[in-house]
Amino acid sequence: MSVTATDPGSSVESSPRSSRGPRRGWRSAGTWFGAVIVGIAAFCAIFAPLLVPHDPFAQDLGKRLLVPFWMDGSNPEHLLGTDQLGRDYLSRLIWGCRISMLIGVTVSFVSGLIGITLGVIGGFLGGRADDAVLFAITTRLSLPVVLVALAVVGLLGSSMTLLVITLGLLLWDRFAVVSRATTMQVRNLDYVAAAWCAGCSRFRILTREVLPNIASHLVVVATLEIALAILLEAALSFLGLGVPPPLPSWGLMIAEAKDYMFFSPWIIMIPGVALFVLVLGINLLGDGLRDQFGARTAP
Amino acid sequence: MTDAIDVRHVAKTFAVGKGRVVAVDDVSFSIPAGGVLGVVGESGCGKSTLARVILGLLAPDSGEVEIEGQKIAGLDRRARARLIQPVFQDPFSSLNPLTRIRDIVALPLVAQGSLGRAKIARTVDEMLSRVGLSAEMGRRLPAELSGGQRQRVAIARALVLRPRIVVCDEPTSALDVSVQAQILNLLAELRRDLGLTYLFISHNLAVVEHVASEVAVMYLGRLVERAPTERLFAQPEHPYTKALLASVLTPEPGLGVPDVGLGDTMPDPANIPSGCRFHPRCPIAEPRCATETPPFKPRPAGGVECLLVP
Repeated sequence: MSVTATDPGSSVESSPRSSRGPRRGWRSAGTWFGAVIVGIAAFCAIFAPLLVPHDPFAQDLGKRLLVPFWMDGSNPEHLLGTDQLGRDYLSRLIWGCRISMLIGVTVSFVSGLIGITLGVIGGFLGGRADDAVLFAITTRLSLPVVLVALAVVGLLGSSMTLLVITLGLLLWDRFAVVSRATTMQVRNLDYVAAAWCAGCSRFRILTREVLPNIASHLVVVATLEIALAILLEAALSFLGLGVPPPLPSWGLMIAEAKDYMFFSPWIIMIPGVALFVLVLGINLLGDGLRDQFGARTAP
Repeated sequence: MTDAIDVRHVAKTFAVGKGRVVAVDDVSFSIPAGGVLGVVGESGCGKSTLARVILGLLAPDSGEVEIEGQKIAGLDRRARARLIQPVFQDPFSSLNPLTRIRDIVALPLVAQGSLGRAKIARTVDEMLSRVGLSAEMGRRLPAELSGGQRQRVAIARALVLRPRIVVCDEPTSALDVSVQAQILNLLAELRRDLGLTYLFISHNLAVVEHVASEVAVMYLGRLVERAPTERLFAQPEHPYTKALLASVLTPEPGLGVPDVGLGDTMPDPANIPSGCRFHPRCPIAEPRCATETPPFKPRPAGGVECLLVP
């Protein structure tokens, strides 16, 4: 079958983004909003030890359940008040951001490693290898993530390493699907054929020609996976099977706060809102990146 | 002396859905060293599949391809790269968009694995100037180049290992008319200087007449006529070749698109007609064309596959 001729001169001269109508990518306010939120969260996560006004683990039972700054009777030393054990809530929120981001990033790293390896191998080699990868993806999709994670953590006890490994082993499907599909697209482009004719090894073609050209798609998947992992960690922590106390993950903070929410509703609202805003921000950024890169690298 | 390319009874079909698409059906030919064989035919006649089989990108279902006496299937990838190189049709998809021009041209040298960095850099700069690009261009990305410049890069990449054979798969059909001539002249010049053999695939008869020493006409996966360029253009024998030649647009205003008497149904490679596969469109078909398979009738330096020619 002869190669279909693409419209000559269409690819470079015209800027694809300008013709796409409504605001997309970096031109959209949502993307910037997401980027700012993710930036702040990343900053808090990295510099948490320098930022926290108090030790997030230090208890002071004399100062239990102090109210945050916008309510009457707040203590200026504790801007967001204290929790049921008298720990500074702002410090725990910042430290919790570190834990949540750490889990999000490491889980998506582990799952990315698994998913991208499988997807690229299946998409590039095709045939039997691809059948095996598709079978693995289907098998993985048939597993209920929360249930399996609960069972594993319940059986083996909760620790952060275990949580990251468990979630990493469960969340690679989207990486695999996207990298498989994009690899199949790129594989059939002429520059891959040219590299093959140039005498390159398969490994070299994969790492130098294919992977860099699907990377932008994978970055988008990674942002969405980080958000998903953070939410799942929060859910597991809320069920008591996530990170072990006294680590202040946001999900755990919500879980610990639920006993007090009747008389101190802010104590559950603060980590809840933080979680909501962070996940929203990551998703907005991911959508923006998808529009940005999708427009530029679509073959 | 062994031929540069020897293709023997090559066939390739693709499974599409439930049916099978016959792309190349029992094609045999050879190109002597230093020759240029132009392959012409409509879209979907199997030209590009043939090119990919010869390059070793696709394995044929049956038959074999020999490059300078060695079977392409058994060649080491490095040795194969030193013998035969491609120039693809679309210079917008044949260059990795994330790689600098210099590294694109260097790729075949790097893949050899035995050359030093300084030698590679020197060879790449030489090759770039050879195809008419400045060394400064080497630092750019493909998106910063025009179509013609990109095709020059593709040619530089194909020739940087000094192969003996280049397979040009419609190298000019994605380019502006003004640039086409430059690229064709560059290819002709390089062939003369480096003693190359070309397999030149095109649907543009004028281009083929310009560059080829011999022409093969493909129809639905088969070579229906083969002859030296001058004879093919002066005395075409196969009715399909005649129709192709008649379909060339003339610069005469007011003539419009020539009617070549082939009807307006496109050939369908998933549904090959019985007998002579050209008979449903052939203006001179007889009833026996639908049942009898036409034999190959050899001519000096070529031949024709038609029941109705003597």
